[in-house]
Amino acid sequence: MNKGMSEIVKTISKIVSPFIIIFGISVIFYGHLTPGGGFPGGVIISASFVILLLAYGKEKILSKLSLYKSDILHDIGALMFLSVALAGFIGGTFFLNIFDKGKLFSLWSGGNLIFSNIAIGLKVGTSLFLGIILLSMVRIVYKENKIEFYEKKEDIK
Amino acid sequence: MAVNFGFHVFLLVMMIIGSLVAIFSRKLISSLVSLGTVGMLLSIYFLILGAPDIAITQLVVEILALIILLSAITGRDVTADMTTSKVYAFLFIFIFIVSIITFITYSNFIFPEFGNTNMRVGKEYLYLAPLKLKAANVVTAIVLDFRGYDTIGEATVIFTAIIGVMVLLRKKGKKDE
Repeated sequence: MNKGMSEIVKTISKIVSPFIIIFGISVIFYGHLTPGGGFPGGVIISASFVILLLAYGKEKILSKLSLYKSDILHDIGALMFLSVALAGFIGGTFFLNIFDKGKLFSLWSGGNLIFSNIAIGLKVGTSLFLGIILLSMVRIVYKENKIEFYEKKEDIK
Repeated sequence: MAVNFGFHVFLLVMMIIGSLVAIFSRKLISSLVSLGTVGMLLSIYFLILGAPDIAITQLVVEILALIILLSAITGRDVTADMTTSKVYAFLFIFIFIVSIITFITYSNFIFPEFGNTNMRVGKEYLYLAPLKLKAANVVTAIVLDFRGYDTIGEATVIFTAIIGVMVLLRKKGKKDE
């Protein structure tokens, strides 16, 4: 049985999606030097998974990045951002930039900006992926003033 | 970036036309396509206003939102219910747009010139971000350092939204009927 879209779409998405992930990672890591940052980079990473989801169907993508794993990554991102904020208490106040500021226009500059960008990128990427895959796993049918959830297409009466 | 006045007007008029088509088209799929056009034009407009950060975010989020909306309406062939008269809606939108344009033209004489604000906070950020924080991207410096509280609130909003989706669409622990 042939699931998903046609062979051309499958091959193209398989070739293109690693490059999209690398582009998203570079947008995250250079967020304090070039336009971009944690949020757009995270959305780009989750878009690469959405391309694979549209081309191959949900079983293939769930074998690569399961719901449990992406949920754990999502929580790690949120806790990392909170711990970056709480690390300011070492210097005295909440959100204080305690790290070494470095040199202007170099990769290590701006203190904790790069850690915040990585945390937000991890959180946004996995949370948007979770939202889309959860919405695609369940079919919601509204009939006769009742909302019903189905997991398979064949169950819908 | 110096772009002449006509291009601004062209982009804004195209965005208004696109959103009107999105409201009044009969097929949901064609209104979705015109909604996507409005989003892309808004991204270009952010770019020529000199805000590349917002332009990237707008472009990427627009694409993901289009995918979600498209997967919500395909396979159903829904047509919008347009039995009521369109005249009042057109009249309302016309009055709304004309009043907004008058207000903006009037506000041009009150507010300071575009790009030449006399706000002291913005000047302070532009001065502090490269010299004290050593961050080349001032927008990231403001969002993540000077205004960190706002960002942590936004992160909490996304976290809560995803937890809500996971609870509503869960498999385990649902009551059997």
